[in-house]
Amino acid sequence: MPKRFIYLDNAAATRLDERVLEAMRPYFFETYAVATSQFGYSLGIEAKDALEDARARLAASLGAKPEEFIFTSGDAESSNMALKGVALALGAKKGKHIVVSPIEDFPVLYSARALERQGFEVSYARVDETGRVDLDHLREIIRPDTILVSIQAANQEIGTLQDVAAIGTICREKGTLFHTDATHAFPRVPIDVQRLPVDLITVTAHLIHGPKGIGGLYVREGTPLAKWMDGGFQEFNLRGGIENIPGAVGFAKAVELVTEEETARIRAWRDEAIARLLEIPHSRLNGHPVHRLPQNVNVSFRFVEGESVLLHLDMRGFAVSTGSACFSRSLEASHVILGIGGNHERAHGSVRLTFGRYNEPDDVKAIGAALSEVVEALRKISPLGKEE
Amino acid sequence: MPLPYSDLVMEHFRNPRNVGRIEDPDAKAVEGSPACGDMVAVYLKVDEATQRIEDIKFESYGCASNIATGSIITELAKGKTLEEAKKITWQQASEALGGLPPIKAHCSVLAVDGLRAAIQNYEEKHGLIKERVPTTEEEIRRRLKHVMNPVVGLDVVRTKLVKEISLQDGHVRIVIDLPPDHQFAQNIREEIREKIEPLWDIQSVEVEFVA
Repeated sequence: MPKRFIYLDNAAATRLDERVLEAMRPYFFETYAVATSQFGYSLGIEAKDALEDARARLAASLGAKPEEFIFTSGDAESSNMALKGVALALGAKKGKHIVVSPIEDFPVLYSARALERQGFEVSYARVDETGRVDLDHLREIIRPDTILVSIQAANQEIGTLQDVAAIGTICREKGTLFHTDATHAFPRVPIDVQRLPVDLITVTAHLIHGPKGIGGLYVREGTPLAKWMDGGFQEFNLRGGIENIPGAVGFAKAVELVTEEETARIRAWRDEAIARLLEIPHSRLNGHPVHRLPQNVNVSFRFVEGESVLLHLDMRGFAVSTGSACFSRSLEASHVILGIGGNHERAHGSVRLTFGRYNEPDDVKAIGAALSEVVEALRKISPLGKEE
Repeated sequence: MPLPYSDLVMEHFRNPRNVGRIEDPDAKAVEGSPACGDMVAVYLKVDEATQRIEDIKFESYGCASNIATGSIITELAKGKTLEEAKKITWQQASEALGGLPPIKAHCSVLAVDGLRAAIQNYEEKHGLIKERVPTTEEEIRRRLKHVMNPVVGLDVVRTKLVKEISLQDGHVRIVIDLPPDHQFAQNIREEIREKIEPLWDIQSVEVEFVA
């Protein structure tokens, strides 16, 4: 019987930290009022203060000014806001061309496709076999009518980090705005907007032991961005709707609780896990060996299928993810593995592990042993990979 | 949320019956391919006098429903005559497993196809094909439904990649709606050839890519 459930899908969702919940609690039961203007009643002013305090702390974690940080309902909304907000602001004025990478997560990819249906043109920046954007190609495809380049800081599946500084510099040279989806990078991979030429950044709380349903969009001062969610005048009149004050407070707390020491510990688990998994025969690492998210491991095993691996691991008390078509809701193989030139077979046998705060050192050894057994058992019943 | 798989599916997935190979089988067949997704191999031992399946084994490269269907299909077929086993359908396999999610039909139907193909392989080897039916465009289309479009993991007919099928004097020409330099063009061409060429009256198979 599994002693303890070992959760290794921290890129999908994370366990909430109790300290985050404690920070949020008063804003459910005591200071539950809507954030009001300074002319409102005192409970509303207290709520407003809490919201602005959270905003200031989150903005500071990016090196930004408070008024450059917009709260949203999470990374999907932030990326929608960035792409559609810029398109709405500049589509008629500057042009209708957008550049993304083919391995973006769905909020960026499908926002781009939605804009395409409305008459925008989308170009895809080439990525190499590790998932890094080809900077020369990027330079070539940016045009005078390009209004936005949206390239992620880190990949959701294979963990590859992009050279955000270099991409931003190219965008500056070409005079186009740059958005980066930092959902998986922030704040374990530091981002400082004082140094990085980036105009819009998507961040979220739910992958760093914060609550679900709260995220943010950094918007550099002066960036043209149209309001696309109508409602009240909240969030500097960029996003209508009641503010999620407990969420905002929890998000700020969650960011503060991420420490360099913790990230270093997670990175060491990652490296040990990769080493163990690559000892299994016919395995290969997906993504970049060095420019890689500290929490991400992604390995493909030949001759086995990911959903079968995942279900066998679940029976043994492990939660992992796979890029196999059989596992996805759409029955489509991972667009990331295919996007880096991998074939269906490689996506089929890919397994992603993502570490978080609540993992323990022994988890690495345990998942290594379990995966080795499961892969071996499934290979035994596979028609592939045997001597004829 | 409970898993979309019934307890029986999970039981067969966990402990698949009749797994492995038969050395020196009387017939065998492989359906699917690694390039395009799931794959099933079926091996048969047949009693020549009674035409009964004495032993049957399978191997699977696939998801839980693929493995479970392979397992149940071998149980259903064992001891049956070839004529009886031929008639086993995906629906019967699904019922015997307490239901399979419809979205998984394409990965589980492979086992049924594998069994049928193995029986056909036996009949061809033993000269049991009584009447040779000339190949029709319909038959070609039916077989193309087993060729996967690796981009999405569904077959090339369902994903509307087949633009044109022409058949003349045993020469088949199939036009696929993909650029010739598409990363999966070669895979798809090979898969199509594998499926169409064994037909007794087919001389050549030409697969063209036009997008």
